[in-house]
Formats: sequence, structure tokens, C-alpha cells
Amino acid sequence: MTALQRIEDAPAAGAKPPQPLRVKRNRHVPAHLLALAVSACVLLPILSLAYVALSGTGEDWPHLIANVLPGSSITTLYLMALVAVLTSIAGVAGAWLVVAYEFPLRKTLSWALVLPLAVPPYLAAYAFGEFFHYTGPVQGLVRDIFGFQTIRDYWFPDIRSTPGAAFVLSSVLYPYVYLTTRIIFLMQGRNIADVARTLGAKPSKVFWRVLLPVARPAIVAGVALVLMETINDIGAAEYLGVRTLTFSVYATWLNRGSLEGGAQIALLMLLLVFLLLAAEQWARRRQRFHTGRATHMRARPPRVRLTGWHAVMALLATCLPVLCGFGIPMFVFGQYAARRLEQFSSPALGQAFLHSVATAAVTALITVVLALFLINAVRLARSHTITGAVRLASIGYALPGGILGLGLLFALARFDNTIDGFARAHLGFSTGLLLTGSAAAVVIACAIRFLALAESAIRSGMEKLPPNLDEAARSLGQTPARSAARVLLPLLKPAIFTAAVLVFVDTIKELSATILLRPFGFNTLATYVYENASRGVPEDGAVAAILIILTALVPVLLLSGALARDREAQM
Amino acid sequence: MTIGNARSKMAGYAAFALATLFAGTALADGTVNIYTYRQPELIQPVLDAFTAETGIKTEVLFLDKGLEERILAEGQNSPADVIMTVDVARLTTAKEKGVTQALDDATINANLPAEYRDPEGHWFGLTKRARVVYASKDRVKDTAITYADLADPKWKGKICIRSGQHDYNLALFGAAIAHWGPEKAEEWMKGVKANLARKPEGGDRPQAKAIAAGECDIAIGNTYYVGLMRTNEKDPQEKEWGNAINVIFPTFENGLTHVNISGAALAKYAPNHDNGVKLIQFLSSHKAQQVYAEKNFEYPVEPGLEPSPVVKEFGELKADTLPLAEIAKNRKAASEMVDRVGLDDGPAS
Repeated sequence: MTALQRIEDAPAAGAKPPQPLRVKRNRHVPAHLLALAVSACVLLPILSLAYVALSGTGEDWPHLIANVLPGSSITTLYLMALVAVLTSIAGVAGAWLVVAYEFPLRKTLSWALVLPLAVPPYLAAYAFGEFFHYTGPVQGLVRDIFGFQTIRDYWFPDIRSTPGAAFVLSSVLYPYVYLTTRIIFLMQGRNIADVARTLGAKPSKVFWRVLLPVARPAIVAGVALVLMETINDIGAAEYLGVRTLTFSVYATWLNRGSLEGGAQIALLMLLLVFLLLAAEQWARRRQRFHTGRATHMRARPPRVRLTGWHAVMALLATCLPVLCGFGIPMFVFGQYAARRLEQFSSPALGQAFLHSVATAAVTALITVVLALFLINAVRLARSHTITGAVRLASIGYALPGGILGLGLLFALARFDNTIDGFARAHLGFSTGLLLTGSAAAVVIACAIRFLALAESAIRSGMEKLPPNLDEAARSLGQTPARSAARVLLPLLKPAIFTAAVLVFVDTIKELSATILLRPFGFNTLATYVYENASRGVPEDGAVAAILIILTALVPVLLLSGALARDREAQM
Repeated sequence: MTIGNARSKMAGYAAFALATLFAGTALADGTVNIYTYRQPELIQPVLDAFTAETGIKTEVLFLDKGLEERILAEGQNSPADVIMTVDVARLTTAKEKGVTQALDDATINANLPAEYRDPEGHWFGLTKRARVVYASKDRVKDTAITYADLADPKWKGKICIRSGQHDYNLALFGAAIAHWGPEKAEEWMKGVKANLARKPEGGDRPQAKAIAAGECDIAIGNTYYVGLMRTNEKDPQEKEWGNAINVIFPTFENGLTHVNISGAALAKYAPNHDNGVKLIQFLSSHKAQQVYAEKNFEYPVEPGLEPSPVVKEFGELKADTLPLAEIAKNRKAASEMVDRVGLDDGPAS
């Protein structure tokens, strides 16, 4: 039943004998409309891009089809496939090892595995490029060991390739899979595994036949986030010379002067995203069968202690992702930063830091509130229109930031100029550019980009709660809004915290939309790094790069700690 | 701490955060607003000199893409007074998209040679940069290499270049199309591709680094990077890269070398119109031209003004007389050619 139908039902329902449940739902028509309105706002940049795309003539297409799109589509799909496989392996293996086994450094690694989340892909690309370059430490070591003299004496895999880019992206994105999967393993993995084991199943069989299927929805949810980040990435792809679809969008717009053509490719890319979202939705649907009571098991079997080479393998499997995703960037930028320590006290950097933190905090707040509201609206409405609209609202996450920013720029500037025109005509003064002239535009862009993250995290938390929880409260006479606030909100605290942290961290890392929409004198840490990097001297931005990583690290560590405490509480 | 206490504290933080974000910039009199594709640090020395001389403050907004779209979207309320950018195609694009306005100013016209500014006064070239060959001091004995030579199989596996889709290369290829016609230019590009040592990557500086490391023998890059590398006191390895190469001025058949410009334009709506004009006047003045030459190692457009001694060491630049507008016109064709040839895929495919 759609929202509109329900509105039409309202008078009829009043005329008939009392139907308490129905009448109660009808009271929330405004909330449903608000949910639709929020979804529409989030879709605004995409709609304005679609407008641009439709105004194009299609004259770019012969060239695109002949020379650009076949290659860049294959590159994009290949990159996504590699990243999906690599992040699944690193994320799931890491989660399972730290949850189920005991080995040296396990406790440290269980939080350290989250660290790469703090590293933006564009910085990782630069760091990996330097680290694995001919002049970097790795190849230097290879030459020393084997006695090679020149570059023509040996072969070394090129980081500036599609597999290389997949390696870079996976190294910093796998924590999404690790985080979502670890929660599931912590909540029920070991209990189910023990049941299976008491029935005589071998450990390997338990993992493949019991645990993996249980964790599948969580893995898919994590991988979906990873792939959206992979699609929207331009910094790493450009730096590593990988011609993805996103790269073609920019080349068409900037080098061939066709914004319309660029917008057309961008919309085409959204088709890919629809498929992704559909796959995620499908995988999550099954989750309801699995979750529920298992969380309340009190007794937890001890972790299996690994010894000998098993322990070494476990240590390697969990160390490696951290060393790559966090170690390499810190090593490379740390070296440059060490030569520029005086920059840490520069007022410009301090201001950029404040701007970053303020933008991220406000964005996190806005997205969490919106996500809670939207998710609750979906629960109460049980309408396909609203569910669909809300799910659609998350595709902004997959658009390249610069393109989303551009769509938003057109929409917001039109809004600003309409208000200004009205004020000038009727009130006799100018309001100027209210949104696009201030940092509000940056916050709106980040909120739209990262709403999907908050929504995904909170929805995961919500799905783990029994659906009848707040209905109990409602049967006691509470309104849906109050029962949600009193019953659901406290239970959702960990999910809300996770959502806020993810959005905060991604906003700190956000670059392309910010650089397009910011007002005069507004540098964030990310734009500060970029202003230097685009001059060809990323070394000068090293201090700011380290600061980005450290700033993002604080909430990431808090999150890791909170997840650990959660587990203690359950034990 | 009580919950109420924590809440009010949170509210305090939120209010502070909001205040930080929404504090728009006051557009006081005596300022000029600059939208720039050029990195702030590169233009700051001249802007400081401008403020010192006129007392007019400068506000700078650096964008990496979408500068024209932003001004178009902002419309009449756009705060931009002056647009600054590198690459002639970006200047002509700004004009075509209608975000500039004509400026007919006697001082500026007297300072800048006619070939480096728009005939209708929509943009002004302020500095020149030549796109040259970096050649290994150790391994390359040639003292003269033409642009056509870059396709000579004798360089097979020896050439490094940044992405063919970059502004600087698109302008060079646009010049090649103008000189040779599209067919010969495409043959040439295929030859260059076959000679590449590796997939195009990085900026111009990393090409010098690759020569120093022995990955390639020659590379294509802009002149001022060599000056910046050779005088880099902060990172000694950059000095090594700069000193590992010789600059060779390649030429077309007319014996002249391809140059591109950086420039400025008066923005269409320019709320501080007069200050914007003053800024462009200043940028074209002898003082500013000297700063550009000394600090950025660019070639001043002012006739007769010498480049920095570091740049003079490269030898004498004989700049191509091909009209810049023609280079800009070929940009799209050049970009499509790069895709067709697959220059960015590197030598293998």
C-alpha cells in the first residue's frame, strides 16, 4: 500500500467502526511525507545532473563508444571484482581469527585492524606509489638482495595498474567488511560454531557451512559500502593511472568540454549501483531468519589457542592488512612530515583542522538524525514507496564527490538566487548566496554523500533487534514516536555510535565536493593537502596528511574500544 | 557529570561548530576576490606584492575543476572578481562559457604583447612556460631533439611522460595538430606511444625523477619545474633529479618551441570591478612580472624582461608564434586522439 493510498483511506477509516491500529498509522502521514521529502532532497543533486544530461545532444557518444567506454567499463568491473574479493578475504579472515582464536598480539590486532579506515584512498595511492616505486624501499631491497643494477634487470609488479589500484583500495577499505562481520561473529558465531562442533563437524567445515552463511548478509553489507567507495574514487584511480568510468566522466567534462556527456556517463554508472543495492537488499532480507535470541547466550566458550606455525599464520593474516593500509601511509608521510615539523604549529593548518572537525561533527549529527528518522518511517509505514524512496536516497554515496558536488551546486545556487531575487524584489535587500556562499553547502554535500553510511549502520543495528520490541510499548499505549525514542533508541546506541563515527571519518577524508563548494578562506585538512599535492609536491602536504589520519583515528579507536566493551558486557 | 550537564556541553559544541561554519566572509571594500585554478602558494608572492602596493586585500578560492560552472551557477551574486588559471584552453573556455567580461585598459594593453591576450580583452596571458625535453645528463649525448624526433624508434623504451589527458600535453598535441594536421599528428603520437618506457604517470617532476633513477632517458616537461627542483632546499633528492637532467628546447619545423601561458580574466559579474582591474594591471606590471620570473621560474611575457638566472642556464627560448587560440581550439581533437591512440595505456598495448 502506498502512502497516497493511505491518505485516501483516512476518511473511510474514520467513518467505519473503530480500527485502532489503522487510525494510529494514519496519524503518521506527515512523517511519511517528510520521509519522502528528505529522500527527494537527497536525490536533488542526481536530479539536477539528470537535467544536465538530458540537455546534452549525445554528440560525444560515437567517440565514447568507440574509444572510451568499453575499456573503462571493463576496468571498472575488474577493479570492483578484485576489490570485493580482497576486502572479503582480509575482512572476514581478520574478524574470524580475532574472535575465535587466541594468538600473540590478538588483542591489539582486534582494534588495529580498523586503523586503515582513517586513511583516505588518495593518500594511500600516493604512499603506495612511493613505497613500491623503483626508488622506494621495497625495490631498493630487492636490488640489494639480488644484486640488480638497473630497472631493466628485473621485473617488479607495477602498482600503477588495475590490480595495483585494487590492492591500494582494498588495503584501506577492508575495515568496512571487518567491522560488519566481526559484530556478527561476536554475537553468535561462536555459539553456533560450538553447536555444530558438538555435533561432530570439523572446524573447517563449521566455518564454510555454518559461519560463512550466517555472516553472509554482514559481509555483503560491508562489501557494498566498499564497492560504492571504489566506484566513486577518483583520487586513487587518477594517481595510479587507472581509467575507470569515473575517470572518463571527468575527461569528458573537462578535456572535451562536455559536461552533458560527463553527466550522461555518471548516470549510466548509477545503473551499476542499483544492481549493487539490489544485491545487498537481497542478501539482507535473509538475515531476519538468523538474528534474534542468540545474543543472550551467557556462557561463551574460550578461544581456541593457536600454537606453532598456526599462530604465525594467524598473526601474519591479521598483521598484513594493518601494515599495508596503515603502516605504509604512516611510514611514507611520516618521513616527509618529520622534515616539516614546524608546520604543525602553522595557524593555517590549525584553522583547517578546526574546519574539518566542525564540518565532520555537524555532518555526523545531521546524518544520524536523518537516518534514524528515515529508518523509523520505513518501519512504521511498511509501504513500498517509502522503503524504495529511502533506499534510493543512498545512491548518492556511489557518485564521485566532485560530480555530486556539481549537481548540488546547481540546485543550491538556484535556491539561493531565488531567495535573493524575492528579497530584492519585495523586501528591498539582498540575501546574497545563503548556502553556496557559506560552508553550509559543504555540510549539505557531505550529509547527502554519507547518509548511506549512517543509514546502513543503523539499519544493521535495527535488524538485529526483535521486530516486536516497540510494538510491546505501543500496546501499552505509547505513540510510535515515543516508543521508538524510549525503547529503540537506547538499544540502538552502539549502532548510532558506529554510524556517527563512520560519517565523521569519511567527512574528514572528503575532498572533491568540499573543494568545489567551499567559501573563501575555508580550508579543511583534505583541501589543504590537495592544494599542495596538485602542485606536484605532496611532500609539502605531508603534515596535513598525517593530521587527517590522526584526526580520523581518534573516533576509529573509540569505536573499536566501544565494540570491545560491548563484547565484554555480553560475556 | 550529569546527563543534563553533558547535554548542555554538547549543545555548546554544536553551537560553536555551526558558528564556525556559517561565518561567511565579510566582503569589505578594498578587497578583490580571486577564483583560481593556480595553487594559492604559487600566486601568493605576487598577491602579497599587490596588497603591499595598493592596500587592497585579496581573497583566494582555489578550485581544481568546475570554476566556470560555479560562477555560472552563482550568477549575478557571484563574488568572483578575477579568474586566474594556467593553460590557454582554460582561458578560452572561460570566455566561451560566458564567465568573463571584456576589459579594454590602456595600461594592461601597453604591458602585454598582443599575441598573449584575447583580442576582445576577455583574458590576459601573464607568464609563459615552454614544454621541453628533459634529457639524462649521463645517457643522452644529443644536444638537439625536435618534437618530431620523439617518435623516432631510436628512443624506443626510453621516453617518460605524464598523462596525455593533462592540460599541458593536450596543448602540446593541439600545437602538433595545428602544425602537422590531424593525420600526421596521430601517426606521431603512435610513434611516441611506442617509444614510452612506462605507462604515463605522475606530474612533470616525477618524470625527472624517473630519469635520475634510470627508468627512462628523456621526458617531456615544463621548464619551471626544473628551476623549482634545482633550487629545492627542503628535499635534497629533488635537487638531484633537477641536476640529473639537461633541458633541451625541442622545435617544430619552424625552429620554434611550444609555449603555453598562465593568465587572468575579469569575471563577468565582478562586484569589485575596479579592484579587479587594478589587480590585472598590477599582474601585468614590471614588478609582478619580475616576481613571477624570480619566484616561480616562469618566463615573463613582458618584452625584454630576462628570466631568472636559473632558467637562463637552459639556453635561449624561441617561442612558437602559432596563435594560442588555435592551440585551444584543438583541445577536444587532441583529447580524442589520446583516447584513440591509447597513449595513456603505455607502450605495451
